[in-house]
Order: sequence, then C-alpha cells, then structure tokens
Amino acid sequence: MSQAPESIEAPSPAPANENRRGFLFAAGSTLMAIGGVLVAAPIIGAAVAPGLLPEKDQWISLGAAANWMPGTTVLVKFLNPGGAPDDGITRENACYVRCIEAGKFQVFAVNCAHLGCPVEWFAQSRLFMCPCHGGVYYEDGSRASGPPPRGLFEFSWRIQDGTLEIFSGRLPGLQEGT
Amino acid sequence: MGGTGWKHRALRCVHWLDDRTGVLWVLRHSMFHRVPSSAKWWYVFGSATMMFFMVQVASGIVLAMFYAPSAAQAYESLVYINERVPSGWMLRAIHGWSSNAMCLMMLVHLVQVFLHGTYKYPRELTWIFGVCLGVLTLGLAFTGQIMRWDADAYWGLGIGAAIVDRMPVFGDALRGIMLGGTQISGATLSRFFSLHVFILPGLTVALLGLHLYSILRKGISEMPKAGEVVDPATYAKGYEERVRKTGVPFYPDAARRDMVFCGAALIVLVGIAAWYGPMGPGALPDPTIIEASPRPDGLFLWIFAALALLPPSSETFLLLVGPPVAIALVALLPFIAPRGERAPSRRPLSVLLVCVLATGAGVLTWLGTLSPWSPVMDAWTSTPVAPEFVANRSPLALQGALEFQFAQCRNCHAIGGRGGMRGPDLTDVATRLSWDQLVRQIQQGGGNMPAYGKTLSSAETQALVAFLSTLDGNALRAVIPGAMEAQSSPDAMPVAAGTRPSSGDR
Repeated sequence: MSQAPESIEAPSPAPANENRRGFLFAAGSTLMAIGGVLVAAPIIGAAVAPGLLPEKDQWISLGAAANWMPGTTVLVKFLNPGGAPDDGITRENACYVRCIEAGKFQVFAVNCAHLGCPVEWFAQSRLFMCPCHGGVYYEDGSRASGPPPRGLFEFSWRIQDGTLEIFSGRLPGLQEGT
Repeated sequence: MGGTGWKHRALRCVHWLDDRTGVLWVLRHSMFHRVPSSAKWWYVFGSATMMFFMVQVASGIVLAMFYAPSAAQAYESLVYINERVPSGWMLRAIHGWSSNAMCLMMLVHLVQVFLHGTYKYPRELTWIFGVCLGVLTLGLAFTGQIMRWDADAYWGLGIGAAIVDRMPVFGDALRGIMLGGTQISGATLSRFFSLHVFILPGLTVALLGLHLYSILRKGISEMPKAGEVVDPATYAKGYEERVRKTGVPFYPDAARRDMVFCGAALIVLVGIAAWYGPMGPGALPDPTIIEASPRPDGLFLWIFAALALLPPSSETFLLLVGPPVAIALVALLPFIAPRGERAPSRRPLSVLLVCVLATGAGVLTWLGTLSPWSPVMDAWTSTPVAPEFVANRSPLALQGALEFQFAQCRNCHAIGGRGGMRGPDLTDVATRLSWDQLVRQIQQGGGNMPAYGKTLSSAETQALVAFLSTLDGNALRAVIPGAMEAQSSPDAMPVAAGTRPSSGDR
C-alpha cells in the first residue's frame, strides 16, 4: 500500500490468445449471471412472495346467526385463516357485528379507516371512537368526524346453515373495495 | 532476560505484524492523522453517536441470546429477560436508553454540522453518508420498538401498514412484503427481526466505514470563522497547509475531549438506565383487546401528532411524498450550497431554519404527549361531574348531567378542565350558545362533532340542554330560577358576561 506500482498496464496479449481470453471472459460473465439469478430467485422470492402472491380471503364462521340480538353491536373474536404456528396471540382477530334485525347484519373491521388503530364501540352514544387521532363513526359505520377519509371497513357476510360467516383474512386498508 | 531483550522482541513482533498487515500505515493515517487544532468540544457528538451504536451492538448481541423472535414467545422472552436473566433488566434498559441517546447525539451532531456549514466542499460525501446513517438510525429505532412486541408495537405496525397501503399501484404488494402476509403476525415479527438485527446494523456498519473513510480522506473541518469563505478553487490547498502547520494528531490531542465526553455520557446512560429501568414490554399484543391507546416512542411522537393535524385532503400525498423529498433535500444540501460562508453568524437563514424546525418538532412532540385530538375513552366512567356543576340544579338539569356522562359527551368535552379535549371545554358553554343553538349542535352535530339526533330521544336532548344551559362559567352561583327561565327565552343568556365574578371556578 505504501509504494504505488509503477505501471498498471497489462502486458498486451498475443493475438492468438485474444479470442480465447475474450471467450473465457464472456463465458465467465454468462455463467456468473445464470448462477447469480438461480441463487437469487429463491432468496428474493421467499422475501417478496407474501406481497406478490398474497393469501386469499376465506369464509370464517362467527357462530350461530340466531345468537345476535337485533339492535346490538358486539365485538366478536375469530382466528385469522392461514395463520402460522408461531403467530401466538396475534393469530386472533376481532370484528364488530351489528345485528340490524334478525338475519340482517353489518360486520365492521376494528381498524380505523384513518391509520388502522382499534376503534372502540360505545353502545350508549352509538358511536365508534378511535383513540389515536380522534376518528368517530356512527353505528352504521359511516364517518361521523375526525381524519378518516371514509367509513369503517366492512366485511362481506353470509348465513350458511344458520351460521354467520364473514369473508376475511386480509388486514383491511384503504385499497379495500368495501 | 534484560529489559532490552524484551523490547527487542516486542519490536520484532510489531515489525512482523506490520510487514504482514500494514497496520502501522493504517494507524498513522487514522489514529494519528492530523486534525485542525480548532476542532474542540463541538466535535465530540459524532464520536458519541458512534459509541452509543457500539453499545447497541454489544447489548443487542447479548439480548439476541435470550430474545425469542417468534410472535408466540417474544413477549414472554422479554418478561423473562426482565425478571429472570441475571442483570437482564439492566441489559434491556441500557439497550433501550442507549438507543434514545444514540438518536439524540446523532441529532445534535447533525445540527452542529449543518450550522457550521461542514457539509460544503469538499465534504459532500461525508455529509451524504451521514444522512444515510441518520435514516438507518431512525429505522433501527422504529424496528427496535417493534421488537418489544407489545400492544404499541402491534398497532404501530398497523399504522405503518396503513401508510404503506395508501401508496398507489404498489401499495398492496409493498404492504404484503412489509407484513410478510396479509395480517400482522409471526411472519411480520420475523421480518422486522431480520431488519433490526441483520440488515440495518449491517448497512450501518458499512456506511459508518464509508463515513469515517471520507472523514480521513477529506479531513475534519476547522471551526468556522466569519469571513472565511469556502471557495472550491483554493480551499483544499489552504486546508492542507493549515493542518500541516498548526494541526495536531487526532490521538491523543483531539481524542482527549472525545474520551471525556463519551466516558461521561456512558456514566449518565448507566445512571438513567438504572433509574428508569427497561422500556416495557407494555400491554399484550392481543388484537382483540380493543381498549388499547397506541402511542409511539417519544422519538416518533411528532409524526403521530402530524398525522392528527394534517389536512385529510392532502394527507396521503404529504405522507408518501414528504419524507423522501425531505430526506433528498437534506442529502443534496452540499450541492445546493457548496460554497460560501460557514459561520452561523453569516448564515441567518440556516439558523432560522434550525430554530423553526426545532420549534415545530418540539411543539408537535408536546402535542403528541397531550394528544388533545384523541377522545379520553374512559372519561365517561372515570371522570364524574364535579359537585359544583350539579349543586342546586333542577331535576331536569340533573337528569341532563347524567345524560352528559352516559352519552360519552365527557370523552370529548371537559367541564371544569377535566375530560376530553377533542371538543371545546363546556364549563361556560351557556355563555356562547343559546338553548336552540345547543339543541341544534347536539342533534345535527357539525364542526367535528357527530350528530346525536338519532341516538338521543327528544326528552334526553331536553335534559342535556337544560344541564348545559346552567354551565355559565359560574359554577358556584346559587342557580336555578335563572336557568329555568332561560329555557323559555332562547336568546337570554343566563348570566351576562360582565356580571360574572372572576372566581377561580374552572
């Protein structure tokens, strides 16, 4: 390091060798590129797969549809579909089921439409309030006040063999259709 | 076995080592390189930042021996470290508080380097590497908060996901990559563990190397003097000459101050860590516990506040475009202002900018701790109406006081300074709104208040307004006849403003 080399010029190759060296360099580059892609594909693939090939939503049972009293909104727990063994307590999830009348429901995600904080239901004032930035929603999920750009996220629901089911799996966000 | 024999052998050892490694050359150009003699106490903050990073690496490595990066066990393993691992609580306390100290020192270093114009020619790359290190440090702080895997970590991820999700076209895919799936789960924690423990520290070490190398290559700047202008045509030559003539070796001359400051900072760190203890973990990361009130760590409170105060119409744009543009502007500063005066006294705009930004961040952080925009979720049950606001009221007004609690009005409205701050304090609402205006405001809402028309019956509304009409800011006044009369004549204020005694009834 202390003394600089006097010349860094490579000795000029004999013309006969030039083709061979060029070929070797091209072959080396190609092999490295192929090998690199082969190795990188599963490494990068595993890292980005959850974004590019997301798990599909599923129908999840919330219990007998007759369980809900008309005129009430209650917090219901369920398990995320497709959870992994090490999800622990975060495998659990919750939603608000509003029973409008027998057999007629609205099911809301607990996540505020502003930035996803958990909204709390107040039965007396019939409002959902968010503790983070003060988003407030009416009992039908529509926006009442605060920064949320829309009403609460809703899950599709159906009654299958007397059981209330919701179509869920994905953490709701603003890209949501409903 | 004389002294000279040992000396000779030791010297031979050093020569052997130098021959094989070139270590003396490296030392001569690093530890003993010459620095300007004017580089004194202002220059200790970068070294302190690096020292706290080393504390993070050392404590983090040992924490990783006990921490279980699995959503099922992370929380318990932290409790285990706190309670059972010998000096584990102190290990976590040091890691947590040293993280704060590293961010603080980095911030002071950044401001000092900015105010002294050190980023100017020829230290552009030193500055850019430093800005990258700053971003990495914030990334380490955020991912570290996730490692705590408590309710704040869980909902903090939810907020992060909601922000990423707002990005057009790529939002959904990026959110999936961030969370490692469609939900916040074990895969999310694993991802953030990789980031916090491998990716970000690795990048930090690499950039720290580049930062230090560029400092050695282009030298430490001199203290700025008013009138000494950076001119790329002459600067490098002049600097080299001055350092050759009046410079001092970094070790031990300049390093002394670094050692004093860093040593004192370490002792203060240990004191704070021992006094305040480890940070959390807080409430369980249970998504079904809705009674959570997520808050970020102090460092990010200003962002939390900004998210409440940004106008909703431009929020997405500012969230997605603001940070990259701000970071790019800061990073490119040396190319925006490459020459000219370095002294703060000759750069009033820079000083003003620092003052404005510091005030803004300070106010937002203060607002973040206060979060007046958040309803106080339990105020309706935990904060009763004080006796002076119900004494001598009519039965209807007393019913209204009950309604005021039960309808959760209290979560957003304070009376006598107690309760939520989302809406106005109602201690003297009767001096501002007439009976009819109160009815309309309750039933139709407006101005950030939800409409209660469908929730409250007309009898409940009447009672509520009867109560609110007694809140004239004069709680101790022996009321009643006036309040009842006010019902029949909406325009009459219960008490004229001028006649109110200025007793401390609020």
